[in-house]
Amino acid sequence: MKTETTLAQPRIQQAKPAVRPRQGFYREHEGAILGGSAVLIVVGIWQAIWSYTHWISPLFFSGPSAIAKQFWISLTQGNLLADLAFSGKNFAIGFGLALVSGVILGVIVGWYRRFRLIADPFLNALYAAPRIAMMPLIIIWFGIGMWSKVFIVFLSAFFPILVNTVAGIRNMDRDLLRAARAFCASDWQIFKTLAIPGSVPFILTGVRQGVAVGLIGVVVGEMLGSSEGIGFMVAYGGQTFQTDTLFVGFIIIAFAGVVLTSIAERLERHFSRWRPER
Amino acid sequence: MVKLQIDNLTKHYWLEREDREVLALSDVSFSVNDGEFMAVVGPSGCGKTSMLNIVAGLLPYEEGNVAIDGKRVEGPGIDRAVVFQHASLLPWRTIAGNVRYGMELQRRFDENTMTERTDYFIKLVGLSGFERHYPSELSGGMQQRVNLARALAADPVVLLMDEPFAALDAQTREFMQAELLKIWSKAKKTVVFITHQINEAIYLADRVVVMSARPGRVKDVFAVPFERPRNLSLKRDPRFLELEDSVWKLIEEESDHLGMVAAL
Repeated sequence: MKTETTLAQPRIQQAKPAVRPRQGFYREHEGAILGGSAVLIVVGIWQAIWSYTHWISPLFFSGPSAIAKQFWISLTQGNLLADLAFSGKNFAIGFGLALVSGVILGVIVGWYRRFRLIADPFLNALYAAPRIAMMPLIIIWFGIGMWSKVFIVFLSAFFPILVNTVAGIRNMDRDLLRAARAFCASDWQIFKTLAIPGSVPFILTGVRQGVAVGLIGVVVGEMLGSSEGIGFMVAYGGQTFQTDTLFVGFIIIAFAGVVLTSIAERLERHFSRWRPER
Repeated sequence: MVKLQIDNLTKHYWLEREDREVLALSDVSFSVNDGEFMAVVGPSGCGKTSMLNIVAGLLPYEEGNVAIDGKRVEGPGIDRAVVFQHASLLPWRTIAGNVRYGMELQRRFDENTMTERTDYFIKLVGLSGFERHYPSELSGGMQQRVNLARALAADPVVLLMDEPFAALDAQTREFMQAELLKIWSKAKKTVVFITHQINEAIYLADRVVVMSARPGRVKDVFAVPFERPRNLSLKRDPRFLELEDSVWKLIEEESDHLGMVAAL
């Protein structure tokens, strides 16, 4: 195309080579800087109020320095590591079982229509219900040892993983199915090349939800009937008015939640990298 | 030599929603010769896509006969490949993976041959350098090239194309038509090309089947008189426009009769 220039227009400037605009340190780390400083400021104000005023009663709340101190005491003299290991193990076993069985069963239920019609009412009821309410019964079944906790984690995480896997298998694109059929695809090939890869992002959504409810499962399970674990630590701290201990437990749970969820999110993003930019 | 023979093909549909039967195709007969580019043109609702699905083996039929090399079509087969209206690419596979997909499903070639053919057809459709891209990174026109490469790589006897350029913008479509002719002249395939655009049919094809709507019938089959290779400027040629106009009249007359010009 020809460009027409009029006399009034200035001459076209010399083309500059396209250079990536310089990004300052701040621009590149804006999220970390803003988020990090917000946390520091809030903790700082909290600490100032805790140390210099008497607004906070140690019975009802706690302060950062007291929590840190209690954390150190529990770590070096108390059972913190053992509790952490106990809860971690319960979560890992329960979640692992939920992942394996949830995906396998989800694939079967999603693939076979009759299976799904039979399973649907049960799935819908159990997916929506707070499974944690079963905890008293589970304690009757398994006692207050680790297996009642493993089972409640399993029960919590299983349904989100199952339901999302079913949705993933069911979500098969009709156009893709038609294309595969036109190239003489067998059912097994369709299963392998369309159903499974297409449902990976769904399964990972299930994993993310499963992590969240699984954590609730292990903590509440330990609060309701246990003599070990982080959940027990929180419950015990509450019952004996050791508010600092309660906070240590709570912060560990929050931290575990953040770490596990962000791992799940990362996995989700990695396996969805073929999706258009959102 | 006849490659594809369609005799007295009739197809009824049961419309679930309206609880009545409709006649999609009525007594359709025509044949496509070896290496011929046949376009099928008709208004929407003329059953041309149903016809293509039957030839592809994706839709069962009871009345009439469809045969490739004298063998009745009873389902999908390795002697046919379809270029779909929607690119229908696997979003989680790269371009190379998608071109390979049809061959993989058909299990006709060994690993090395599949890799060679993938490279060759990616090059043929002009997508070298995009092998490792994902479909979502490509424009609509480029996705349709992948769709075409996937079908060609499977080495079909008959290539079936279902309005492959209908979803593209006008400029891309013209460009793709010219590209398709270039590729076709190298790939030497028998092609059945479905379209609702009369000038697309005339520009591309050796012969054109004109269909009428509701029920779909063959109204006319005519040979396109223009020499190959054809340039896009052919579309501005008075003889071309005259031919286009006469096909228009043919379809219009039918639609007028049914009082459905507006539906075009």
